[in-house]
Amino acid sequence: MEQHRAAWLLVLPAALFIFAFTNVPLLATFVSSLYASPVAGHGGGFVGLDNYRDLLSDPSFRTSLLNNLIYAAVTVPVSVVLALLMALGVNAAIPGRATLRLSFFLPTMLPMIAVGAIWLFFYTPHYGLVDRFTRFVGLGDINWLGDTATALPAMMAVAIWKQAGFFMIFYLAALQNIPPVLREAASLEGVSRCYFFRRVTVPLLGPTTLFVMVTAAINAFCVVDHVVEMTQGGPDNASSLLLYYVYQAGFRDWDLDTAAAATVVLVLILGLLASVMFALFGRKVHYR
Amino acid sequence: MSDTDASGWPGRVAGTMAMWLFGLLWALPLLYAIWAAIHPPLYATEFELRSPLTLANFAQAWHAAPFARYFLNTVLLVTFTVVGQCVLATLAAFAFARFSFRGRDLLFSALLLQLMISPTILLVWNYREISWLGLANTIPAMGIPYLGSALGIFLLRQNFRTIPSELDDAARLEGCSLLGRLWKVYVPLSRSTYVAFGLTSVAYHWNDFLWPLVISDSVSTRPLTVGLEIFATPDQGVQWSLVTAATLLSSAPLLVAFLIFQRHFVQSFLRIGIR
Repeated sequence: MEQHRAAWLLVLPAALFIFAFTNVPLLATFVSSLYASPVAGHGGGFVGLDNYRDLLSDPSFRTSLLNNLIYAAVTVPVSVVLALLMALGVNAAIPGRATLRLSFFLPTMLPMIAVGAIWLFFYTPHYGLVDRFTRFVGLGDINWLGDTATALPAMMAVAIWKQAGFFMIFYLAALQNIPPVLREAASLEGVSRCYFFRRVTVPLLGPTTLFVMVTAAINAFCVVDHVVEMTQGGPDNASSLLLYYVYQAGFRDWDLDTAAAATVVLVLILGLLASVMFALFGRKVHYR
Repeated sequence: MSDTDASGWPGRVAGTMAMWLFGLLWALPLLYAIWAAIHPPLYATEFELRSPLTLANFAQAWHAAPFARYFLNTVLLVTFTVVGQCVLATLAAFAFARFSFRGRDLLFSALLLQLMISPTILLVWNYREISWLGLANTIPAMGIPYLGSALGIFLLRQNFRTIPSELDDAARLEGCSLLGRLWKVYVPLSRSTYVAFGLTSVAYHWNDFLWPLVISDSVSTRPLTVGLEIFATPDQGVQWSLVTAATLLSSAPLLVAFLIFQRHFVQSFLRIGIR
């Protein structure tokens, strides 16, 4: 009994904070997404799925959701491939690899807001390096962040630049875990490097790739600092993402019902990603 | 190791050159920002090798906005959050690792929900709660939603469970109290877990933006990230020399810390797997 009380006292402070700011808000958000807040003229009350119907008929929500899916579908695989290329390059015995590794990894240590400021400058019409380059090769001035066709891809480039180096360290660690004996045996058998890469290296990197993909997918739905800073979702919602939509609904429009319903959609997507991760990782227990 | 690659050394040289080009391209945004920050505004976007170098932009940026105050706010916020997380997580992890009590496993899985849904996602409702508590626009408000850390509890519990109970029993026989045992046996033997969790958490909260943005509303609470965002996106006339200087200034402490403790940071990230 004494033991019981001690244990509960130890757990209580942390549990209180986690429940108060994660579990309770999650439940409350879900419940409030089924109710309408009382506004002038309307009483409010239980409305079932009405908020969701409104959400789906809101073009800016549909754009944000679609944008976010495209954003994830591009940033995840591109970050994975670039991270693997970086790791392979830095893992080989080439001169200056420490500098290279730093060049790839430094962006991940910068705050997203600093990355956003750097890329705002990089993208600036006339002064930015990107614009100078496109003018140099004769593509003319492109207002990367101001054009509906390029705003979302411009945001993707920022996200990829920020995160690929982070994923590189996981690939690097995995590559260094591949026993050198395998490579030696392959050499003795006269196996080509290309074949070895496809049949030995890639399969051994499988768990890392899975982990990196899930992390990148979660980032794609949870990080919108650069959108707030660089485009405010514009122009014309072209670069708006789900969490940015939630932020706007909650803090610009003060439309808490819409914000709650959109948050639930976001939570469902994250839940889906988490269950994919658990399902796949459950089988790969040998990983770390 | 014999080389069975058909292309031999020319292939390797080409591969090295390609990697270098890749590395250079990757560094370009940062190099361009550094260039603009260390040259007079007139030369910010002119690549004249003999452009005069200057540190004036840094000094000017530092005074153009209350960056000193922003720095202080960030340091306070990060210290409060990370110390609080470590203390609360240590207590909870000890209970989960060494006690059996009714509802333990259920409670543990309920808390782990936070690994999937971070408080940031729930910012609209958390804003309501913090306002209701009368804490909006305070420095603690920016850290409070994160004080209970499921990740911290999870990592420490795993580590505590590997500590032989003989050590615990020995301390108990010597008359050590419960908290005394925790402090003298468990905490010292988990140092590497604290370092890994601490570094990851410092990096996360130093860089955190969205939650501080909605909950802080004045110079006396705004952290660096929010201050920098306001400075970098003025309504008119961006002075890139100043913005790039301010950007580098506000990222500098973490970058310098990283350069010094590179191995520790990388090990921590690898161990924890998220930022």
